[in-house]
Amino acid sequence: MKTATPLTGALLYLNGVTVSFEGFKALNDLSLVVEEGELRTIIGPNGAGKTTMMDVVTGKTRPDSGEVFFRGTADLSRLDEAEIANLGIGRKFQRPTVFENLTVFENLELALADSRGTWRTLLAHSTSDRRDRIAAALARIGLSEQTGQPAGALSHGQKQWLEIGMLLIHDRTLLLLDEPVAGMTDRETEETAELILDLAKDRTIVVVEHDMAFVRSLGARVTVLHEGAVLAEGSIDHVQNHQRVIEVYLGR
Amino acid sequence: MPALPGGQQKGAWSPRFWASFLACGVALAVAVPAFNHWVPPDSPAALPDYLVPLLGKYLCYALLALSLDLIWGYAGILSLGHGAFFALGGYCMGMYLMRQVGTRGVYGNPLLPDFMVFLNWKELPWFWWGFDHFAYAATMVVLVPGLLALVFGWLAFRSRVTGVYLSIITQAMTYALMLAFFRNDMGFGGNNGMTDYKDILGWDVHQSSTRLGLYIASVLALGLGYLCCRFITASKLGRVLLALRDAESRVRFLGYSVTDAKLFVFTVSAVLAGIAGALYVPQVGIINPSEFSPGNSIEIAIWVSVGGRGTLVGAIVGAVIVNSAKTWLTGAAPETWLFVLGTLFILTTLVFPRGVVGLLRRPSRIRTRAAARVPAGERA
Repeated sequence: MKTATPLTGALLYLNGVTVSFEGFKALNDLSLVVEEGELRTIIGPNGAGKTTMMDVVTGKTRPDSGEVFFRGTADLSRLDEAEIANLGIGRKFQRPTVFENLTVFENLELALADSRGTWRTLLAHSTSDRRDRIAAALARIGLSEQTGQPAGALSHGQKQWLEIGMLLIHDRTLLLLDEPVAGMTDRETEETAELILDLAKDRTIVVVEHDMAFVRSLGARVTVLHEGAVLAEGSIDHVQNHQRVIEVYLGR
Repeated sequence: MPALPGGQQKGAWSPRFWASFLACGVALAVAVPAFNHWVPPDSPAALPDYLVPLLGKYLCYALLALSLDLIWGYAGILSLGHGAFFALGGYCMGMYLMRQVGTRGVYGNPLLPDFMVFLNWKELPWFWWGFDHFAYAATMVVLVPGLLALVFGWLAFRSRVTGVYLSIITQAMTYALMLAFFRNDMGFGGNNGMTDYKDILGWDVHQSSTRLGLYIASVLALGLGYLCCRFITASKLGRVLLALRDAESRVRFLGYSVTDAKLFVFTVSAVLAGIAGALYVPQVGIINPSEFSPGNSIEIAIWVSVGGRGTLVGAIVGAVIVNSAKTWLTGAAPETWLFVLGTLFILTTLVFPRGVVGLLRRPSRIRTRAAARVPAGERA
């Protein structure tokens, strides 16, 4: 057994996390460290545990064993989704999930870093400072013209950006992006890579992705997951030349 | 009026809204009493006395429907047990009215209501204490449904019971209450419930002036209830509710407590339903356990969907239309009523899902799932 002492300095530290679904081990004693300010990509074949890992970090799934530390102290495996979100962890889902019946503006308004209490929300004010922050986010994700449109009327790529914009305006320390370019055109993928690199300047980002060209364009440290554990870690070139990775991806 | 928080939706409190709101309020609160009271009874324009409590009853149903629309239309909580909160509010009022009977009951017992004398009870049960006083009874009208909703909602929402499962347990809740209130031992009059009221706040409930007063109180309650619901739905919390109706887990990942938000509107809604029940009882003159029957609660959902879910006004319109039709049809052709009700429900579900109000309004003003469909061409 590994020690339960959290590593200092690491923003996110998963220590021996195991999650099983009816005997199938989605995560098998997974340990992973993400440093503050890092941009990290996570790849792996289907069923490698990428999404489950995000579920554990964001409180959607509780691990059977192991701990998840944020900033070295908070054990995320004991908190619920809202509490974890309020610690500063934001998540973008695989399928874009914006609030389709709300306008683009209102989607961002709900994501805005602000009091989340029910009573405060009921009596919330829309100040010019808040409107300016929303306008700035709209400009950054290129949706200024769509501000009054229902989010459901946006194109697939625009929804992905809106969702990234919601993470942006939420002012999170750590962003988890689950396949941010799934279903995007080449051009949208390029623009998304630029957007992510831009966002990575002032926060920590973990990207789960299948698209190797996209992973390469991010130029970040890569972690390869396989059968719920880390198979290899390093630069994209290191990983792509790794014997076991080639076997897992191409062999069998 | 005091300044509203700036988070309120644009146009929600425009002069145009206030003008139509006040026009409807005045039409209901002034015109009905005027045609009943000041127009000579033999004139064709006169509103007969029997219609006043009937209209009052419709307004109570409208408030009840409004309370359901707040949680169903906006937060996606389909309570099929809302009749329980209505009935509990009604029972609190019924208990007050029973205490006002005093020695005028059949048995003339100064201490006990008739049904307790009949059951050979010697003293008033503890939970009847205080119901001699209107203020206490009025407090209970709010507290009893509110607390039940708070406890029930906390258990259900904390465990993330949603959708059809929530609807089923709310049905179970109202059914369980019905069985409990049927028992004579409960001390609420059992099967017969409570009736034969004499006065309310010193006025004879059978007097037409008292009935007009109750009617006007119902108009006021409906108006205030509507403003309260509009305030909630136009606020940022209203947007959170719409968001959680469509993508609950996403709202959690944004850091909002879905449990708290749902609990808040569920409790507000139950209190409104309780107030509706309290105003209903003196106007119809009886409260009994059949008000808890699961079928009653399902009917409320039909009123809301006929009128137009998620519009607030639709709930009011639906309750009045369906109940007027019920009054007329159960007189004219009683055996057809259930078929008509069923047909109405099927029609609103299949043919006009936005209800009567949705048919009248410009489509762009209503937020529905249909508006969210993505044009397929946009993807490439």
